[in-house]
Amino acid sequence: MNDLLEQVRQGQIRAIARLITRVENSPAAAEQAIQALYPHTGKAHVVGVTGSPGAGKSTVVNALVKTLRQQDVRVGIIAVDPTSPFTGGALLGDRVRMRDLSGDPGVYIRSMASRGSLGGLARATASVIKILDAAGFDYVLVETVGAGQAEVDIANAAHTTIVIEAPGMGDEIQSIKAGILEIADILVVNKADRPGADRTVRSLKMMLHLGPVGGTRQSGRISSPPTASQNGAAWNIPVLETVATEEKGMAALAEALGQHMAHLRQSGDWVKREKERSWREVEMLLQERFMAQFQASVPPELRDSLLTAVAERKVDPYTAVHQLLEKSESKRKG
Amino acid sequence: MDQAKPRILIAKPGLDGHDRGAKVVARALRDAGMEVIYTGLRQTPEMVVEAALQEDADAIGLSILSGAHMPLVQRIVDLLAANQMTDVPLFLGGIIPNEDVPVLKEWGVTGIFGPGASMDEIIAFIWDAVGGAPAGDVA
Repeated sequence: MNDLLEQVRQGQIRAIARLITRVENSPAAAEQAIQALYPHTGKAHVVGVTGSPGAGKSTVVNALVKTLRQQDVRVGIIAVDPTSPFTGGALLGDRVRMRDLSGDPGVYIRSMASRGSLGGLARATASVIKILDAAGFDYVLVETVGAGQAEVDIANAAHTTIVIEAPGMGDEIQSIKAGILEIADILVVNKADRPGADRTVRSLKMMLHLGPVGGTRQSGRISSPPTASQNGAAWNIPVLETVATEEKGMAALAEALGQHMAHLRQSGDWVKREKERSWREVEMLLQERFMAQFQASVPPELRDSLLTAVAERKVDPYTAVHQLLEKSESKRKG
Repeated sequence: MDQAKPRILIAKPGLDGHDRGAKVVARALRDAGMEVIYTGLRQTPEMVVEAALQEDADAIGLSILSGAHMPLVQRIVDLLAANQMTDVPLFLGGIIPNEDVPVLKEWGVTGIFGPGASMDEIIAFIWDAVGGAPAGDVA
């Protein structure tokens, strides 16, 4: 393991690929790897890319990374696709849209199956981000599974969250509902050459209270560029138009990303976000540990008979929880 | 609670545009409980091997209908060797004339599946190549 970790820190692709597999497959391996690598993390800028299925997340990532690579930066990409709840298998197809990035030694792409997690990421995604961070990638882009309204885990894992919409995905009520739009640091209306793009942009801007609608549109950007704000000032969420298949609007998107990075540093939001992210991560690990401890402390027969009783409407779920907790406590004390 | 899942790369090297076979196999492997990385059409041998390396693939499946399987496979085999990846099983589907089979096998292609191959046969081959189906799994 130690040799492998050293090779990962040197950025060796085979070692990175192998370590990711181990971390995905085994919580014990993840613990060991992250304990060793954690001191070497914290340098990469983590960018989340989310949005509904078919909005063009992979295509935007492809075009954005090509643009970012014009600067001298290395980019790691984690592309998450859903695991079948029925067979446990997965079809990971994000590479299909990222073919322009192959052959570029400064880009590493890893497809990941969600393996039962519901928040749009896989359980191991946070660890994989750290592996790529420790391996020296300047940016880590995380593309979530096609997200609907509630898959907001990415906001806790990323420094900058890009939410991608496409025209014609619903009326204005959709844009004022709670959920995924609220986590955006940058909003992108992709497929902006399609009919209805104006309307989508207008309703997003309405949601953001960004002043007058229907502003003049030029070269991919329609709202005024966000300005790097003074200490503590709020971030103005830009609404950008892109046509990712033609790489239109990518310079503006890369620029907005850079401005958001600068904003996070200057406003102190970086520290705040890192602290929130750390808490979420510790909290999740705590939950897993508590659950494992609890399961080990309650005889399976008792759990089974209680569940049967709940299913047969003889015991209510709350009473079942009380009884399980009592049993668990007495077992641990005894 | 360790859960290893086979990661299978399905690629279509070469210039023919018929990816139905590759998609059907990818879908069937997904349904058999594997994680399938699908790379799409018109992959160069370099792209296939790079993807297998980055994805830490347990096996590589190639679909080739163009008749160019000999030079494509040869190049892929060479690249796998150059990357110390000869331990990754390579299997092939498509239109492969019988006389080419012995040569391909000699190069290290472990499974060759023509138009008559059944999906069960392909799935069983892959489980075997990656170290067996998980206990209790009916593949």
